[in-house]
Amino acid sequence: MIVAERKPFSEILSMVEDYSRILVVGCGSCVTICMAGGEEEVKILSSQLRLAFKKNKKDIEVEEAMALRQCDDEYMNNPELINKVKKADIVISMACGIGVQHATAFFNRIITDKPIKIVPGLNTTFMGANLDVGVWEERCVGCGDCVLEKTGGICPITRCAKSLLNGPCGGSSNGKCEINKETDCAWHLIIERLEALGELDRIKPIEMYKDWRPSHDGGPRKIIREDMRI
Amino acid sequence: MTEFEPKIIAFCCHYCALAAADVAGKTGLQFSPNIRIIRVLCTGKIEVPHLLKAFESGADGVVVISCKFGECYFKEGNFRAQKKVERAQSLLQEAGLKPERLLFDFVPGPGAKKFVDILNGMTERVRSLGPNPSVH
Amino acid sequence: MKSGSNLERLLEKGEFVVTGELGPPKGTDVDVVKKKASMLKGNVDAVNITDNQTAIVRMSSIAAAKVLIDEGLEPNMQMVARDRNRIAMMSDLFGANALGIRNMLCLSGDHQTFGNHPEAKNVFDIDSIQMIYMVKTMRDEHKVICGDEIEGDFKMFIGAACNPFADPFRYRVHRLAKKVEAGVDFIQTQCIYDMKRFKEFMKQVVDMGLHEKCKILAGVTPLKSVGMARYMAANVSGIIIPEEMIARLKGAGKGNVATEGIKILCEQMQELKETEGIAGIHLMAIEWEHRVPEIMEMAGFLPRPKP
Ligand code: SF4
Ligand code: SF4
Repeated sequence: MIVAERKPFSEILSMVEDYSRILVVGCGSCVTICMAGGEEEVKILSSQLRLAFKKNKKDIEVEEAMALRQCDDEYMNNPELINKVKKADIVISMACGIGVQHATAFFNRIITDKPIKIVPGLNTTFMGANLDVGVWEERCVGCGDCVLEKTGGICPITRCAKSLLNGPCGGSSNGKCEINKETDCAWHLIIERLEALGELDRIKPIEMYKDWRPSHDGGPRKIIREDMRI
Repeated sequence: MTEFEPKIIAFCCHYCALAAADVAGKTGLQFSPNIRIIRVLCTGKIEVPHLLKAFESGADGVVVISCKFGECYFKEGNFRAQKKVERAQSLLQEAGLKPERLLFDFVPGPGAKKFVDILNGMTERVRSLGPNPSVH
Repeated sequence: MKSGSNLERLLEKGEFVVTGELGPPKGTDVDVVKKKASMLKGNVDAVNITDNQTAIVRMSSIAAAKVLIDEGLEPNMQMVARDRNRIAMMSDLFGANALGIRNMLCLSGDHQTFGNHPEAKNVFDIDSIQMIYMVKTMRDEHKVICGDEIEGDFKMFIGAACNPFADPFRYRVHRLAKKVEAGVDFIQTQCIYDMKRFKEFMKQVVDMGLHEKCKILAGVTPLKSVGMARYMAANVSGIIIPEEMIARLKGAGKGNVATEGIKILCEQMQELKETEGIAGIHLMAIEWEHRVPEIMEMAGFLPRPKP
């Protein structure tokens, strides 16, 4: 899932304090699960904003709303939500960066009498797994050309600090990465896994230069499934 | 000028704090009239938004009273409550409120004396902090 | 000859070579390079020029290598994968070649979190093994990665690093084999202190015949103080310093530690010279360039063979 973290309150405050009607919109998918932008977090941020505004004697209204998925028109195309957005001077999206952008595009398409300003309430951090209650770790950077079949299901692009395809580097020590002693060396894990599978020979040939075009380096990526289009 | 009378919300665990309140009532131990008690089945059920909402709704102070660690009827409810209170304290601070307005404490079983002391202590603490700046 | 460099020629002749190391200044002060060069001149056969080592911004290794050439020494230009993509690498290699640089070392590079700009974005477009292969393709096939012909000559003696003290130990020799397969001509190892582990490693190297496919230079660094030894052992990943060695330094007593450190180093250099599969020494003095003449004298490695 996409993992995010709420932005510091002072940063959010500085984005919205010059407006008088604020709408905080949460997202019911990834960021709800990682407890950054779900219903509870919308309530918390809204409470904080109201407390802060009242303390500073500012007459600002803070409304709350949810969309099940801000990255999909279908889940935002609801009259109640659209109405709330219309009434607001500024919208804080508590979705990931995708949601913020998609909501911006969507509401500006639907609402034509004024431009809709949407600002991010979260820092979108990574695509990761939930390792334990309250613990998430990055697992994939979406390089567009998955190599996991060669590396025992452990991603060297994401989990090696140098994205080496022919690791481990000379900094690997006692299973840990040179960047710090808390981080596992991805290549150490890969070697152990491949040994267990009896497939260490898989990484003995040189892995050639990676084509980064399917990755972010080729500009925004796009998938079109013709079979799904009418 | 009349002295400031703080409004305090006390989230009280049904199994200990409320029992303590009962004993206090029966034995004639008095606690300050500024307190409004909200009974919860377990303090672990309290969520951060509840705590913030209490301040938004006009409370000058909020206290969460649970069982002693290790004595929670639901095992770890009070540990959770403590963490949530800590989180809410830092959220309050970000919003410009003193985190001391929010307190976590516990009473042993029917510890009426301790219960009353917590409430009276909280009243004094909030009295000296003054009114909730986000309300008044 | 692949490159025509002095280093290559000596290694081909079977001479036991010694390379030194020089860290460029954190700025434009060419005199720093010249001064260090003057201490190394005549005492080593080639000099590594580090490329923003430990990710601290310094004069570029290409420029400093050129200064070295002008001073009459032979550089071994380091290049890290951290800061350049393949386009910049190949372009810089053309430039380096045009300036007369004929030896290079292909490295991944220390991660930028260690340096003075931890906020920087790293590149790591290709890794050190792919870099070796890239340079070899440029030299032997006269082509850049995409297959386009290179205009003009391209000559390079291709080096790489190897750290027998990193983990997992059992895999280290296989990684070296990959570098050999990629086309490396010579290897410089990480600083050796744990001779036992190093010999174990060299046995694997020799068993696989890797020492016949590339020249292996054993890396050494003098221990200047007990503090430095302890610091390196604890904080530099991929460095192992045996307790006995630290005890020996300590035993030397106040005022004698540095001398003892040099003594240990010279003994190591001798021992490494006798070790099967070792073709030379890579002496990283790390800001002790002024003591290199003395070390080389004491180790009995002077005078250096004529090119
Ligand atoms: S190889 Fe690419 S697609 Fe596969 S897990 Fe790693 S980053 Fe993701
Ligand atoms: S220590 Fe391991 S994970 Fe870290 S950069 Fe080196 S190979 Fe990658």
